[in-house]
Amino acid sequence: MIKIENISKAFNGEQILSGINVTYDQGKTNLIIGASGSGKSVLTKCTVGLIKPDTGKVFYDDREFTSLDNKSRQEIRTEIGMLFQGNALFDSLTIEENVMFPLQMHTDMKSDEILERVNFCLERVQLTGVNHKYPAEISGGMQKRVALARAISMKPKYLFCDEPNSGLDPQTSIVIDQLISEITKEYGMTTIIVTHDMNSVMEIGEKVIFIHKGQKWWEGNSDSILTTTNQELSDFVFASSVMKRLVNKSNLSI
Amino acid sequence: MSLLSHIGKFSILIAKTFSKPEKMKIFWRQLMFEIDSLGIGSLGIISIISFFMGAVITIQTSSNIDSAFIPAYTVGFTVRQSMILEFAPTIIALILAGKVGSNIASEIGTMRVSEQIDALEIMGINSASYLILPKITAAMIINPFLVIISMFIGMAGGYIIAWGTGIVTTAEYIYGLEYDFKVFGVYYAIVKTVFFAFIITAIPSYYGYYTKGGSLAVGAASTKAVVTSSIVILLVNYVLTQLLLI
Ligand SMILES: Nc1ncnc2c1ncn2[C@@H]1O[C@H](COP(=O)(O)OP(=O)(O)OP(=O)(O)O)[C@@H](O)[C@H]1O
Ligand SMILES: [Mg+2]
Repeated sequence: MIKIENISKAFNGEQILSGINVTYDQGKTNLIIGASGSGKSVLTKCTVGLIKPDTGKVFYDDREFTSLDNKSRQEIRTEIGMLFQGNALFDSLTIEENVMFPLQMHTDMKSDEILERVNFCLERVQLTGVNHKYPAEISGGMQKRVALARAISMKPKYLFCDEPNSGLDPQTSIVIDQLISEITKEYGMTTIIVTHDMNSVMEIGEKVIFIHKGQKWWEGNSDSILTTTNQELSDFVFASSVMKRLVNKSNLSI
Repeated sequence: MSLLSHIGKFSILIAKTFSKPEKMKIFWRQLMFEIDSLGIGSLGIISIISFFMGAVITIQTSSNIDSAFIPAYTVGFTVRQSMILEFAPTIIALILAGKVGSNIASEIGTMRVSEQIDALEIMGINSASYLILPKITAAMIINPFLVIISMFIGMAGGYIIAWGTGIVTTAEYIYGLEYDFKVFGVYYAIVKTVFFAFIITAIPSYYGYYTKGGSLAVGAASTKAVVTSSIVILLVNYVLTQLLLI
């Protein structure tokens, strides 16, 4: 479980987040949705401590993260896996070395054990035969999957995915959603997914948080989204005609 | 940003850099890589420059000696003294500030803007120590060797010119090289080199590490890194010369 209390952040006088309170549940896929530029990535980075929030606290299972010193932060961070919006793969390392990297830095596993784990992770994201290529030599969608494989290589307790399926075809997208959802259950992870993809929201949105105007505007799950009376949320969700049709088909009224 | 806040931020980064590496095995691997890329990778340019420096000093000195009272071995003597005391340590440091400095600043800067440094931090890795420590250590280890090689190549350059043009006999040139040789000069050059090695790796690392923005910012960081480290080298050279020689 991760609890966020009263997180605010302004950049150059512009308030991006104001007083956000959220609890991300363990063993669930917690989704953050919101318009482009609404501050979803900033909120995620505040949660993991890459951006220092102006106010507020973050708790990782009762460990207050924001006030910890560097050493203890590093300890918690070995329990975090993160997929960055821009992948952030190490471009001087091969795919295999990228996924290996956290294992080499933090475990005493033997090299054949490490390799086995790496191949296991790469297979789970449906990537084989690219072990010795460099990130620049594979497609954007493949890079995304490598980044996910790297994020889960350490069996993290907390997994953050910033737009895991942007740039993926619909089929692979579903596979990745399913994978994230599966390992969340399997490892009992607290998973946070930032997404624009309404398909993901409907498929794996066990808990959904809608960020609007720097605030937590709405909270619920994939079912309650369809029946929401919240104007801004329904504007956001039903901007997609597929969603409109979906609602009409199931005879729900907005 | 004011000079003082740069110095403050730089000191904090260096403090963060000099902490025990997470995994010694990985540190060694990186160190060997950096020694190869920063050191061995610079041998070519250093050889060429040193050769021509030695050659030019030989021609300059001999063509400026008109007086019969100045012995011909002055040429070899001058080549040796200038190569050991200033040319090898300082000029090579300035050349490397350009070559190695821009390389380091753009490498680390690119990692910053593409969030690779954030990715390291998220994995619970001290990114400053992981990225910067091997570079600083490698340069401080390998640069003294580069400078000694530069000294030899410079003197050899002079020899070849002397032999090829006959402006001074090779015997007199060699006599000049050996004349009144004090090994302290070499120690002095090595001490300077170790300081310069720190400057040409630490300052570009600093500019790279705190890059903000995109590829344009990486370019700007790289330029600033080269300019700043060159100026700092000249300042430190002045201070060390005064401290060590007077
Ligand atoms: N380091 C920064 N410095 C200044 N402003 C920033 C910084 N990071 C983000 N912002 C601003 O914060 C706002 C929110 O950015 P953020 O990246 O969180 O959006 P987002 O919701 O993730 O959008 P998207 O869905 O497009 O990824 C933007 O207006 C952005 O300009
Ligand atoms: Mg974002």
